[in-house]
Amino acid sequence: MVPVHRGKGKLTEMVIDILSILLILAGLLFFLGAVVGIVRFPDFYTRMHAAGKGDTLSTMLITGAMALQVFHHFDWAHWTEIFVVVKIMAIGILIMLTSPTSTHALMQAGYDDGIEPVTRPAKKGIASLDGGDELLPVPGAEMPEEAEE
Amino acid sequence: MNAMMETFFIYAGITLLLMMAPVFYRIMVGPTAIDRIVAVNVIGTKTAVLLIIIGTLFENVAMFVDFALAYALLNFIGSLAAARYFNKTRPAYGAGASGEGEIN
Repeated sequence: MVPVHRGKGKLTEMVIDILSILLILAGLLFFLGAVVGIVRFPDFYTRMHAAGKGDTLSTMLITGAMALQVFHHFDWAHWTEIFVVVKIMAIGILIMLTSPTSTHALMQAGYDDGIEPVTRPAKKGIASLDGGDELLPVPGAEMPEEAEE
Repeated sequence: MNAMMETFFIYAGITLLLMMAPVFYRIMVGPTAIDRIVAVNVIGTKTAVLLIIIGTLFENVAMFVDFALAYALLNFIGSLAAARYFNKTRPAYGAGASGEGEIN
């Protein structure tokens, strides 16, 4: 790619660079949260929660930063490169639409298969999933013994 | 793209790749089959992002962004197909789901 003079100042480039660095760092931070949730959470449903939310947001942030970088190096001499920016943003919007959809479909499949959510006896002052009669019926799953007391 | 942004993109890609490694742990030991599919879905999404970063580093984003788009689409289709397949057709805690029997 031949460097041509585009009439954009050094200040604009610095602002764009700092903005995309901040976006990528935020995306990596959210992905770290998703990874910690996927590895450490005790339950299928809670792991799904971490994967669905953190992964989607970090993907959108990083693709936004990359679209910003590519759009900054765009000039009208090579005007077809605008489609690259459009496609990068299309990836972000596509993942924004499809990742919750697939998370919902997989969670529905797991619920229909009878994966039971984690339940734990209520400690003092801590709200718990098994609040007496308020337990949601899980098809095909056995309640743990603590819930019957 | 100046040298500072190139170095930053290299380290961001390496960090992204290193953070995929704990998700492979969930693929290996996931107690249910759908846990593994969720982890594969996360890794596929991050691979699409990593492809865009690689394309920026190679100064050839126009080629790599098509790979990333196709990869994200195939990831979505595959995860929906797996969800339909495991919905009421396979037991969650059965043979093949514990990692000791046959796969799927």
